[in-house]
Amino acid sequence: MAAYLARRVAITLVTLFGASVATFAVLGVLPGSPAQVVLGTQATPQAVRQLSAQLGTNKPLWAQYLHWAQGLVTAQLGRSYVSHQLIGPLIAQALSVTGPLILFALAIGVLFALPLGLGAALYNGKVTGTLLSALSQVGIAVPTFVGGIVLIIVFAVKVPVFPSSGFPGWSEPGQALRSLVLPALTLGLVEGAILSRYVRASVLDQLHSDYLRTARAKGLTRAQALWRHGLRNAMVPLVTVLGLELAGLIVGAVIVEDVFSLPGVGQLLLNAVGDRDLLVVQDIVILLAAVVLVVNLLVDISYGLLDPRVRDERAR
Amino acid sequence: MTALGVGLARPGAPLSWRRWARSPSALAGTALVGLVVVVAVVSLAWTPYPPLAIGPSHSLEGPSWAHILGTDQYGRDVLSRLMAGSRTSLYAGVVPVLAASAIGVPAGLLAAARGGIGDQIVMRLSDVLYAFPALLAAIALSAALGASTGTAMLAIGTAFVPVFVRVTRSNALVVLGSGYVLAARAYGRRPLQILRRHVLPNIATTVIAQMSLLCSLAILAEAGLDYLGLGTTPPTPSWGNMVQAAQDYLSQDPLLTVWPGLAIIVSVLGFTLLGDGIAELRNTHLGRCA
Repeated sequence: MAAYLARRVAITLVTLFGASVATFAVLGVLPGSPAQVVLGTQATPQAVRQLSAQLGTNKPLWAQYLHWAQGLVTAQLGRSYVSHQLIGPLIAQALSVTGPLILFALAIGVLFALPLGLGAALYNGKVTGTLLSALSQVGIAVPTFVGGIVLIIVFAVKVPVFPSSGFPGWSEPGQALRSLVLPALTLGLVEGAILSRYVRASVLDQLHSDYLRTARAKGLTRAQALWRHGLRNAMVPLVTVLGLELAGLIVGAVIVEDVFSLPGVGQLLLNAVGDRDLLVVQDIVILLAAVVLVVNLLVDISYGLLDPRVRDERAR
Repeated sequence: MTALGVGLARPGAPLSWRRWARSPSALAGTALVGLVVVVAVVSLAWTPYPPLAIGPSHSLEGPSWAHILGTDQYGRDVLSRLMAGSRTSLYAGVVPVLAASAIGVPAGLLAAARGGIGDQIVMRLSDVLYAFPALLAAIALSAALGASTGTAMLAIGTAFVPVFVRVTRSNALVVLGSGYVLAARAYGRRPLQILRRHVLPNIATTVIAQMSLLCSLAILAEAGLDYLGLGTTPPTPSWGNMVQAAQDYLSQDPLLTVWPGLAIIVSVLGFTLLGDGIAELRNTHLGRCA
């Protein structure tokens, strides 16, 4: 297991390095200097030179990359070229919205996925099962922004129970939670539809297993056998699916935050793109990519823990 | 996926129309995708009104005989814009997937067939791309290159390459490990011949199913980017930017967001079902053989 672990961690670090180079290559190497972008076309060449020296963007590319990477590793993200605010606290502030949103959405997703997937598996081949499967199929096809707008129409315009946009900040926890309800529901319903397909597949797998047949032969009904023996086994692979779905939730959050004007990481990213605040874009992009990679690593490790065959095969 | 027992890689069967007609998913998927394709083709020659023609005195009119789905805030005919928007979605949904498969499938085959250092390089590069979900890649790229349909498609295509690499490689490895490939080797077939005659036909169904599923994801991602204002920009009609524009008029005319929303759902559902159907066909065949 130690060898497997070491190998997975090493691969993740190499990939993270590659991802940072890719991010830098796309965003850090642009025609026209960042100083020119900040100062506008009217600026004198002298002013541009001066700001370039101040920002360090007149140095060779490899030195710029090293400087940036060093900042990432030591959590010194520097200041935005445009607003001159410290980027670290900006991102931390935004995460205090996006983090709870994603967790809330994940909880809602699981809550919907379990009964939906279980029902679809138990009634597989019957009308009920087909209907439940179809429901999750349609749910997957609904874009988050359309789902969000429908929820706004129903719960904010027609029956105004929840706010349709904005976030008051955590100093008012009640109001803050209320403004997260519709965004989390939007993300959670789509996520629930996706997860329910995995729940269905996983439970169906267990229903066809030998040990459940034995349990039935022992005199248990199908529901009893599944409840006592099957469910626990069916849940194991789902833990890893939850991890993989996090990437989907992160990009989903970017869109949902835009629909509901929530000041989260997605809004920070989109505003930075709009302002051509490229250092902020670069930092958020590599941060989110790093989250995806670390979660993938955890998923891989959990595979290895659950199934020794995997680690033997992958350690080679 | 392996943990769920969703058969990763087994020899696939060639598609046949008879089995196609027996799969509800494949049939429904074909019908929905067909509908979108027909609308897109018709819109090239005919739409009720020119999609860009504004009518200031007719803004935000509800459905009527003159405008079946009503008009938008500039008095443009919604049905015409919806029809024209299908071209944007199909184009942005299909082209990145084709491009990604053109790179990813050969790379996956190479990795599986050669193994060793080549395999390592291909897989590590694909890991790097895999770290950037399509939408994130597209946002980053639009910051660098500016928002356009082309930028969105480039980013989505790039993000899909590792998916094809992984699917192709893992499926090809199974075929390469099979008895008949061993026999072909013993018979003296060259590696390239084996790839062409045994591996490619056997993984084709899986790859095609994957392509269909990715088309649905590409349509979703592109619509999302258009909604964010980072893809197809107005006045060119796309379903995503129609929803975005309509959001400002939610209280006056909520239906305005519903039509493009439904159009996205129909096309995404179509490609998902088609992909599922194709994947099912392969498994059915398996079940009978086993």
